[in-house]
Amino acid sequence: MSKMTLKTEGDKHVIVTRRFAARPEAVYRAHTDPKLIQQWLLGPEGWTMPVCINEAKPGGKIRYEWTNGKGGSFHLTGEYQELEPYSRIVHVERMHLPDPTPDNHVETRFDLDGTGTLMTMRMTLPDAQTRAAMLATGMERGMEASYARLEGMI
Amino acid sequence: MSPTLNLDAAFSALADPTRRAILAHLAKGEASVMELAKPFEMTQPAISQHLKVLENAGLVTRRVDGAKRPRRLARAGIEVMDQWLAMLRKALEKNYDRLDEVLAGMEQPTIKMITKTKRGEKR
Repeated sequence: MSKMTLKTEGDKHVIVTRRFAARPEAVYRAHTDPKLIQQWLLGPEGWTMPVCINEAKPGGKIRYEWTNGKGGSFHLTGEYQELEPYSRIVHVERMHLPDPTPDNHVETRFDLDGTGTLMTMRMTLPDAQTRAAMLATGMERGMEASYARLEGMI
Repeated sequence: MSPTLNLDAAFSALADPTRRAILAHLAKGEASVMELAKPFEMTQPAISQHLKVLENAGLVTRRVDGAKRPRRLARAGIEVMDQWLAMLRKALEKNYDRLDEVLAGMEQPTIKMITKTKRGEKR
C-alpha cells in the first residue's frame, strides 16, 4: 500500500502525508480523543498505550506512555499550541528515552479530499543533526520489534 | 578489523540509541571523533568506545589522515540506515492502517449523532 509518504524537506523538516476514507471531523477526533488514540497510536504488534492524556485545547498537555508488557516502555510528552477543529493542530512533543529529545514542533492538517481526508503532518526539528537523530532513534519500540523480525528472517 | 558485517555484533551495536544517532550523523558524511562527540554531550573517550563497537560490527570504517582518523559509514552501515528508514515507515504505516479500522468503526455513531441533531432541530 503506498497511501503514506514520508520525506524530509530542507534541513529541519519531516513531512508525512496519508489519505483516509473518513472525513476530516473523524480523523481529527481520532487524533485528539484518548479513547481513540489508544486504539491506533501503538507502533508494532505487541505494544499498548496504558496511559494516554490528551487535553485538546491551547496549552493542553499531552502524555503517552507505551509498554510492550515485557519490561520495555517509554513515554512522550507535549503541549498543544493551536487547534482549529477539524482542520489543523499545532503541538510540540518530545520523546523520553529516558532523557528528553529536543522539541519536535508538529503541524497536522486535515484537508477534505473527495469524500475522505488528506492528512499532512509537518515536523520541524531544531537542526539537521536532531532530525537525523530522530529518524534514527525516534521509534525505539519500532526498531526493537523490527530487529526481532529481521533476525528471524535472516 | 574484518570489513564484513557481523550480524550479531551489528544488532547489538544497534541496540544503543547513541550509536544509532552516530550512524545517522555519519550518514551525512565523514566526521572526526570530535565532531561526533559534540551533539551528544559526551566525552571523546565515551564516543570512541561507541565507535569501536560500530567498527567491530562492520558498520563504520576509519581513514588515516595525518594525526586524524575520520570515521565514515561502511557499506553495511549504509544498508542499515536504509533499513531504519524502511522500519520507521513500517511502524507509521502500521499505525495508520489501524487508524483506518478505528475510523471505519466510528462512522456508525457519527451518523446516529447527526440524525439525532437533525431531529432535534426540526421541532
